[in-house]
Amino acid sequence: MPYLTKNSVKLLMKCCLLMASVTAQISHADNGYVVNEVSEGIFFHEGVHEDATEANQGKIANVGFIIGNDCIAVIDTGGSYLEGKSLLAAIRKQSDLPICYVINTHVHPDHILGNAAFKDPQTTFVGSAKLPAAMAARSSFYETRFKEILGDAYGNAEFIAPTHLVSIGETQNIDLGGRKLTLMAFPTAHTDNDLVVLDNNTKTMWTGDLLFVERIPALDGSINGWLDAIEELKEMDIATVIPGHGPVLHQDWKAALETEKNYFILIRQQIRQIINDMGTINQATENVGVSEKDKWLLFDEYHKRNVTSAFTELEWE
Amino acid sequence: MFNNILRHTFCAVSITFMLLNTAYAKTEKEPMWPVLKEIYFDNKTILTDADDWLVLDAPARAEDAAIVPLTLKSLKPQTAESYIKNIHIIIDDNPDPYSANFHLNPAMEQVDLTFRMRFQQYSNVRAIVEMNDGTLHMVSRFVKASGGCSAPVQKDPEAVKSRLGKMQIRMRKPELGHAVPAQVMISHPNYNGLQFDQETRRYIPAHYVKTMSVNYAEQPLFSVDMGISFSEDPSVHFTFKPTKSGVLKATVIDSKDTHYTADKTI
Repeated sequence: MPYLTKNSVKLLMKCCLLMASVTAQISHADNGYVVNEVSEGIFFHEGVHEDATEANQGKIANVGFIIGNDCIAVIDTGGSYLEGKSLLAAIRKQSDLPICYVINTHVHPDHILGNAAFKDPQTTFVGSAKLPAAMAARSSFYETRFKEILGDAYGNAEFIAPTHLVSIGETQNIDLGGRKLTLMAFPTAHTDNDLVVLDNNTKTMWTGDLLFVERIPALDGSINGWLDAIEELKEMDIATVIPGHGPVLHQDWKAALETEKNYFILIRQQIRQIINDMGTINQATENVGVSEKDKWLLFDEYHKRNVTSAFTELEWE
Repeated sequence: MFNNILRHTFCAVSITFMLLNTAYAKTEKEPMWPVLKEIYFDNKTILTDADDWLVLDAPARAEDAAIVPLTLKSLKPQTAESYIKNIHIIIDDNPDPYSANFHLNPAMEQVDLTFRMRFQQYSNVRAIVEMNDGTLHMVSRFVKASGGCSAPVQKDPEAVKSRLGKMQIRMRKPELGHAVPAQVMISHPNYNGLQFDQETRRYIPAHYVKTMSVNYAEQPLFSVDMGISFSEDPSVHFTFKPTKSGVLKATVIDSKDTHYTADKTI
């Protein structure tokens, strides 16, 4: 299907509004890989709330693409080479335009292992200025672990570092043709290399893993930094949010940030108490945040790790 | 490289061995241990009879592979007649398995040490206790690596670099004659020589804490020789009993021979 111009899509959207208020369009690629159109020209695949396995091929994060008049930007490429291929096939169902950018929101494997599916001389890889170093430090560990976890789905995955970098604390615009994307690289929060993408036409924001919905957030950076990032995001003028994990949000996006913030505020307060009382990490992992257990999926898999990580940060306050 | 060769050789040996004797795999497979035992302990007898008085606490799953808290407790008091002199910590499958050697002075009275290690992968961790009479006793645990993104790497290298050398001595309000838990920690990147620097396109040279010594009132409590398995910002929790006023003093020396000190008057 050739890509429709912005105006014709707007017209179409107005008609559709009468019929449906939910997700505009669902498209199946041949292999059952589903992408939803959440705003005009913006598609995403919603990851499952599981850890990566051979069975789910690492398809656990939200990944997708934005189509401009001249070219396409891919935002995260998936948790395996196979997912990268599926995403590429889903893109080609929507448009034949060249892919000018692959934007990685951060270093975690569920967001970058599909990069190699998009290797092309026309395609520039984009990320936080700290992403190349993080990738270099982690790639050999990730390679070993994810070959074990994903088996054949790992495929020809490669760690392709971005060459187009966004400095920490800065914003940068890229243009897809009649469509400006604003990229913002955050100081250490979820990781030390978080990047968010804002589509100015539709006020749709990809938060990367600065926002987890339903699934427990995983702290691999700084709890204080993450709380600062949440405050910054809340100030923004946004209509639609695609989180790193979980369903797309419209009016309720600030409430989702608030839920995430409450989790971190609670565990930070309880960890500080334990540190002040000369407690150890073990005491903290056993006691902190127990009341949050029923509020999050995959709590048992990540909560103790979050507490451990936050503890070693808060000791230096 | 050396470890890898050894591991492959001994994997094969141990699989054969397990087929002959299934009881060998008491916890998990231990392909490295026979080699390590020979290298570090000259194949001396190491007793595994200490489970009722030596407690090694390790999480079954490494929640964060970069920060795995380990606690070693002895349920026997340290006395001049019978005390633990050294504690060797071995993490079989880490790049450098020999991870720590604690030297204890019986003045510390009780052994209750907590510290944090990096785990490169699933591994046995063992504490081999060397008594003042020379006997060796071992307790061990198996630690599984956690989910895939839990890499044993720094989360925020710049934050650690910027506070390098900063030390803390923390303790509950001490009372003379009562045991008090305390903690000595130093902010240090603890580069193990395996981290790659993207900007210089080189491996970051190893730069890690080699020893931490803690004295109280001019008398040594313990010192520890640290290997590259220690997590960044090395930390040791311990318990001691101040019987008179004095200064608790900690000295840390890193692999560049830089000395760092901190003290606290009680």
